[in-house]
Parts: sequence; C-alpha cells; structure tokens
Amino acid sequence: MTLQRREVVKTLLADRGELLVVAGLGSTAWDCTAAGDSALTFPMWGAMGCAAMMGLGLALAQPARRVLVLTGDGEMLMGLGSLATIGVQKPQNLALVVIDNERYGETGMQATHTAHGVDLAVMARASGFATGVLVRDAAGVAALRPCIHRDKGPHFAQIKVAAQKVPLVLPPRDGALLKNRFRQALLGASAALE
Amino acid sequence: MGNPRRIAPQPVRHDSRGSLESRSLNAPIAAEIDWPLAAHQVLARLGFGVVGYVPDAGHKRLIELCQADARMRTVVLTTEEEGIGLAAGAWLGGAKCALLMQSSGVGNIVNALGMVRECRIPLLVLVTMRGEYGEFNPWQVPMGQATADVLRAMGVAVQQANAAAEVALHADAAARLAFGGYCAAAVLISQRVIGIKSFLEQAAQ
Repeated sequence: MTLQRREVVKTLLADRGELLVVAGLGSTAWDCTAAGDSALTFPMWGAMGCAAMMGLGLALAQPARRVLVLTGDGEMLMGLGSLATIGVQKPQNLALVVIDNERYGETGMQATHTAHGVDLAVMARASGFATGVLVRDAAGVAALRPCIHRDKGPHFAQIKVAAQKVPLVLPPRDGALLKNRFRQALLGASAALE
Repeated sequence: MGNPRRIAPQPVRHDSRGSLESRSLNAPIAAEIDWPLAAHQVLARLGFGVVGYVPDAGHKRLIELCQADARMRTVVLTTEEEGIGLAAGAWLGGAKCALLMQSSGVGNIVNALGMVRECRIPLLVLVTMRGEYGEFNPWQVPMGQATADVLRAMGVAVQQANAAAEVALHADAAARLAFGGYCAAAVLISQRVIGIKSFLEQAAQ
C-alpha cells in the first residue's frame, strides 16, 4: 500500500524525545505541524534548498543532540550540492529524510525530477552518507528510528509517498519568533539576551 | 597610522605577447599588514565556531588559518547559498558562523538572505572582490559592480575595506553590528587590498 505522508511524518516524530527538527519549505513543514507543533521544530517558509544545510549547521553546533531534517523532494533537489557538503563533513548526529511525492505540492503538483527516476538515495550514498535508503513501506519507515535517534550518521532516506493534497496545518509564520522559540527551548531563556 | 598609502600608478609591463590577459595591472604593495592573520584573530576572539567558504584566491590564507584553528569548524561549500543555511542552522544551535566568499558568490545567496532578514539571524560575510578595480576578466565585472547594491537590497549592512589595515577593523565592527543587531553584515575586501592578478599570475598561484 502506498505510504501516506501525514502518517509517515507522525511515525518519524513519535516519541521524539530531545530530537531537533528542521522542516523544509512546504508540505513537510505542514506535516510536522500536523504531527504536533514544537518549539524544537524549525519550519521553513522560504529559503528553498537550504533545509539540509540548516540541519548540518545545527548538527555541528549541537554535536550531543540528534538532528532530523524532514523535507520534500522538490526542496531537496534545489540543494543537491548540500549532499556532497554533508558527505564531506560527516556529522554523526544528522539524519536527512526526504518525503518524496514526486511533485511540487505547493505550486500545482507538477512532477519533480524524482518522478522521472532521479534517485536521491543513491546520490546520498555516493556523497559519503553512512546510509542512504529508498523506503516504500511502513516497515521501512519504522526501520529508520535507530538512524534518527542512535546510529552514527549521516543518514539519508527517501520515502516514497502518495501524491495527494492534504489539509493545510500551518505553523507560526514569523521567522524571528520561530528562531527565538527554538533557541530558547534549546539553549535556555538567556539565549534571547545573547 | 601615518599617511594613508596610495597605490602608485605602475607602468604596464608587457610580456612577449603584450596581451591584456598576461599583464600585471596592479600588483599589491608588498604586504606590510597581514590582513588574513588579523581577520582570523578577530574571528577567533569573537568566538566564531563555524566558518563556511567557497574558495577564492583572495581568501586562500584566511581559509588556511581557519582550517588550522581547532576552535573553528571549516565547511567547504559547493555553492555560497549553502552557507546561508549553514549559518542559520549554526545560530539556531548557539554557534556563530562566518562566511567567506568571492563577490560572484554574493549572487548565489540572494534569495536565502531573505531568511536571514526575516528571522533576524546574525551573519558575518567576508567578501573578496572581483570585477571591482582593474579587473582583467570581463565576466567578473557585472557581479563585482553590483555586489554592494545587491547586498544592500537584501538588507545587509555593507562595509568596504579599501586598504589592508582596514580589513580586520571592518571585520570586527561588522561582526559586532551583526551579532549585536541580529542582522547580516558584509565586509567587501577591495581588489586594492588583495591585488589584481593577471590570469597567468592567478593560474600560477
């Protein structure tokens, strides 16, 4: 059975503990909000192509914490070079998961490159990620949990999901608010005074 | 500082071909001021823990100094835009990030700078200029001439370092502006500082 994006993201974020999350522009950010808004999720409303690198910056700054980037195939395709950059840096605490519906979901469901067979997981492995898997079923999603929470990374997963429109569940939009609440939740109230 | 140094007009030296590409238009004055060393000291003193860069000949020494500094994690980028994500993520995690790039790279960060402004993320960018002053490569000129305007259009504070002695002072002030004011600040390091290489000189470097 084809995976449903909202269920996949809910599973990935279940019992997230101290996990730090970057949610890429568009549907994946709404998916993360639908799974439960959190100060330790940074949803992106712009800067398309930057989600993976935000995860790298966060992972380097917080080596004792686990970092998960959840983003879409279109967003990832706009920043493919970051796979090479992350592959060079090899942050052990970073996992990058692409929710791949093979569509640009926010702009009219136009086909992305992955619809034509572009294999992001192979690119990640070739770039030096510790793992890079293509996931098509619930068992594969469940198997990602150790990669996200425990095993040495960097990890990459491309999860094929149904191309469907789902109800918008939107996080706060104000970028300064999103930044400040994340930093305060992670670094303490004094982060606002830095 | 005493009298400000002026770059004396130099006779154009012709090689056997006498071509534009092979002549030294304006070799830098023998460096009395080690601006990369001074800039590195500023970055270290202010606690920059992450330095992202796309290599540029003008940044060669500063990159190497940062790479040799155990307090700094250097991240080589495939394109400058990656540096904006890197810096934003680092700041979310409590680390200061500086970016080193050539002026052409400023063209690659424009949209991502929207996130920096909207989220009020402090960011220091040190830009070595091309296409600005005595450039031999015409393809560098459009972006080099537009660099300051493009940055300002995206809300970045711009400081221009036209002499070696100014670079570290500007880097220090720009970093304080950025991290004190939760904004982006860029220091444009003139070709008057880094020297204007001919293509042959650059290739031999």
